[in-house]
Amino acid sequence: MPARLEATNDFVIKFANVNGSGSASANRLFARSFVRMGVPIASRNIFPSNIQGLPTWYEVRVTEAGHLGRRGGVDLMVAMNPQTWDKDVAEIEPGGYLFYDSTRVLPQSKFRPDINVVGMPLTAIVNERYSDPRQRQLFKNIIYVGALASLLGIEIAEVEKLVAEQFRGKDKLIPPNYEALHMGRDYAETHLEGAVGLKVRRADAVGDRIFLEGNDASGLGAVYGGATVCAWYPITPSTSLAEAFTKHCGRFRTDPDGKQRFAIIQAEDELASIGMVIGAAWNGARAFTATSGPGISLMQEFIGLAYFAEVPAVIFDVQRAGPSTGMPTRTQQCDILISAYASHGDTKHVLLFPEDPHECFEFAATAFDLADRLQTPVFVLLDLDIGMNEWLCEPLKWDDARRFDRGKVLTAAELEAGRDFGRYLDVDNDGIPYRTYPGAHPTRGSFFTRGTSRDRYARYTEEGPAYVDNMQRLLRKFETAKSLVPKPIRHDAENASRTGVIYFGSTAPAIREAMEALGSRGIDLDTLRVRAFPFSDDVIDFILSHDQVFVVEQNRDAQLKTLLINEGAIDPARLISVLHYDGTPITARFIIDEVSRRWALLHGAPRKEAAE
Amino acid sequence: MTYLTKPKLHHPKLPQNELGFTRRDYEGAVSTLCAGCGHDSISGAIIQACFELSLPPHRVAKLSGIGCSSKTPTYFLGASHGFNSVHGRMPSVLTGANLANRELIYMGVSGDGDSASIGLGQFAHCIRRGVNMVYIVENNGVYGLTKGQFSATADKGSKSKKGVGNQDSPIDMVSMAVLLGATFVARSFSGDKEQLVPLIKAAIEHRGAAFIDCISPCVAFNNHPDSTKSYDYVRAHNEAVNYLDVIEGRDEITLDQAPGTVELVRQHDGSYLKLRKLAAGYDPTSKIAAMNYLQERHEAGEIVTGLLYLDREAEDMHDRLGTVPTPLNALGEAELCPGSAALAKVNASLR
Repeated sequence: MPARLEATNDFVIKFANVNGSGSASANRLFARSFVRMGVPIASRNIFPSNIQGLPTWYEVRVTEAGHLGRRGGVDLMVAMNPQTWDKDVAEIEPGGYLFYDSTRVLPQSKFRPDINVVGMPLTAIVNERYSDPRQRQLFKNIIYVGALASLLGIEIAEVEKLVAEQFRGKDKLIPPNYEALHMGRDYAETHLEGAVGLKVRRADAVGDRIFLEGNDASGLGAVYGGATVCAWYPITPSTSLAEAFTKHCGRFRTDPDGKQRFAIIQAEDELASIGMVIGAAWNGARAFTATSGPGISLMQEFIGLAYFAEVPAVIFDVQRAGPSTGMPTRTQQCDILISAYASHGDTKHVLLFPEDPHECFEFAATAFDLADRLQTPVFVLLDLDIGMNEWLCEPLKWDDARRFDRGKVLTAAELEAGRDFGRYLDVDNDGIPYRTYPGAHPTRGSFFTRGTSRDRYARYTEEGPAYVDNMQRLLRKFETAKSLVPKPIRHDAENASRTGVIYFGSTAPAIREAMEALGSRGIDLDTLRVRAFPFSDDVIDFILSHDQVFVVEQNRDAQLKTLLINEGAIDPARLISVLHYDGTPITARFIIDEVSRRWALLHGAPRKEAAE
Repeated sequence: MTYLTKPKLHHPKLPQNELGFTRRDYEGAVSTLCAGCGHDSISGAIIQACFELSLPPHRVAKLSGIGCSSKTPTYFLGASHGFNSVHGRMPSVLTGANLANRELIYMGVSGDGDSASIGLGQFAHCIRRGVNMVYIVENNGVYGLTKGQFSATADKGSKSKKGVGNQDSPIDMVSMAVLLGATFVARSFSGDKEQLVPLIKAAIEHRGAAFIDCISPCVAFNNHPDSTKSYDYVRAHNEAVNYLDVIEGRDEITLDQAPGTVELVRQHDGSYLKLRKLAAGYDPTSKIAAMNYLQERHEAGEIVTGLLYLDREAEDMHDRLGTVPTPLNALGEAELCPGSAALAKVNASLR
């Protein structure tokens, strides 16, 4: 008899499915039932660049302790895809469980001796009850959800409530789904009693947290931030961001007569997308585009124009693994450098790094204020992990007293009053000039916007001193940006530490989990989550106040580290890279292993290791 | 020479339009193009058209790409905001600007390199979208700023100044515009102000994508005997199908001329265009007839000019999108931000 993993509210289940088989909604139903029982989960789609037929996986980490990063390893595999059977079976932890469709008898060689096999004749059950092939497919998914609910101890009433919510308005679909759910449950109760040692127990660890995708949250944040123009070109994994904006605008920005207080253009390519954003923002609307790495590559020339001509623009980059087409459905943090220095010539751009969907919402709205205030492109760098997975996160917040910061825009009245207007004149000594919207005043305030060099009054010039004067002012403006962008968040270890960790974006939950584990091993580390570029002085001070700083990122070339060294004039010897870039989300296990190994090289064995 | 400012003084008896502006109020900086360049004549025609229509100059936004033609917005409408963007990408910038504020008049100025080569895609798509604009291509068949390379509109067999023959088929922007769904399509010649000025006026008045292909000889690189875009060649082969008068006001109008030579075309908004017809039987409201005629005369080596196609039921991008009448750039928090109560409901739906 193989050993049996026994765990309550702390295990990983993975579903192996075929893309396009309708499994996604059944799996989501399953995942949300844990949340309804007050147990946090972290769920992730692992999917190919494909519409139908290729393998797809869905992973649910059940974690009462609230560890929302990917754990690694699988305790219960729901193997529904014969194509990937061998790989799926191999992935199960020793003592773990394999749930499979036992209609067709498989030879013993297809199993492992050290795992527990739970067979259920799913195909036979659905074929007996349903005749329509599509129904057979869809209800098979619901039947296994019912069986798993029984095996794991999920309250069936919670699943039923979720089914009813899902089909609200299509009420006649509810009873057949209940029936399938109950068929699964009843079979498991009769035939599979006690087959799985993984259990869920009602808890109170979710609080008022919500469950949503970063792309959805970003689209909603753009609505709250006052974006009226969205121009985009479809590209995985950013498409659902533009679609979310469309959905939320339809709900919140449609007049009773059907007229729309927004405009969304699916452009012919990414060049046109960013061109439209720049044209709209030049003309006083808040505008954005959503794209991924290949789109950023295509937008380079226009981004330089917006930087040099000083036109606001908001660019959401939902990063995926590059270079080139790379792995379009896999996650990475690999567009840091191309975004920070986008376009030819000397340029620098503002970057924001949200850690989860809650911050996606917040930073999306903030990005429009920053772009208007600084009159420059602002990048919001999500990644596929945040963008296309539902995360459990703090509820979205909005202060009704908050007003859009439209930046330095001269009104018709100010122009009428005879104020001196030079488009590139640094009146306030912060590097940020004043601008006017086209059509503002009959005789004053017009100027010519161009990508060529100009003087302070926007007149074309190739005079060296005027060019240098302008380029230096752009640097002053970037200096001003340091005090406006979101500050980093520092968390110090209980015991004073000479070693730090810098991380950003979707790495956050894995870092939190890893720091707990490392702390318990006696490896005390201060952490700093960088939330924006340009780096505020706090980031540089953090590095300088530690002997060594681990920089954890999800790319091959240590892009954030490069940026820190370059912009902070940091001695590279102080920084140690921890790099994860295989396209899967970084795990706490990976961070713990990498950090402890290097810690041992630097400091010898950690003080508590022997006690473990 | 942009560093030479034009004297502000002008003759006290210069004619004024309804707004009390003279033609000088529609001018820009002194042109830096070559003496005799067709583009300067087009700038002059734009100035004349805006003056005659009594447009408030600040209600016009002028946008361009890169090239000789794209420099010209500096030389007209000095009181308007201008945007000299990147090569071949004026259409997207103009589209975005139009999305932000549907109330301004958008004038896109481009060249044959800018629109037929690097920017062919953006040209096509902004026409398709029905952006309300005047899109003028100042077409000389040659790259001027880089000294005389062929552009994609150069006719097959025509020769460069250095005597090299062009082997590739030309792109006919007018045929493309008709095919792509432009609702006002015209071709004219920079040397024929009588035809060009009313066409620009009509294009401004038109609500929808208005495209004018304007042959504009390059005196420096493409005005020699083997060119098909020289002053002499265009004058010799210009086959004008009609001349236009723009009738302002929306009142019912009747014709007193003999039918067949003059035609009144009533537009969707109730205004009229008066066409003096030179080619008997040419019907500019028929897309198929226009396309046939253009191909036929092109085969015969002629350059068809005039108002070539007009869709009287034109709609624009905002009609299709269903945007509110208020310009999007004038909406504030109250119209745009749903507030915390709505957000609480969103949160509740995500638990």
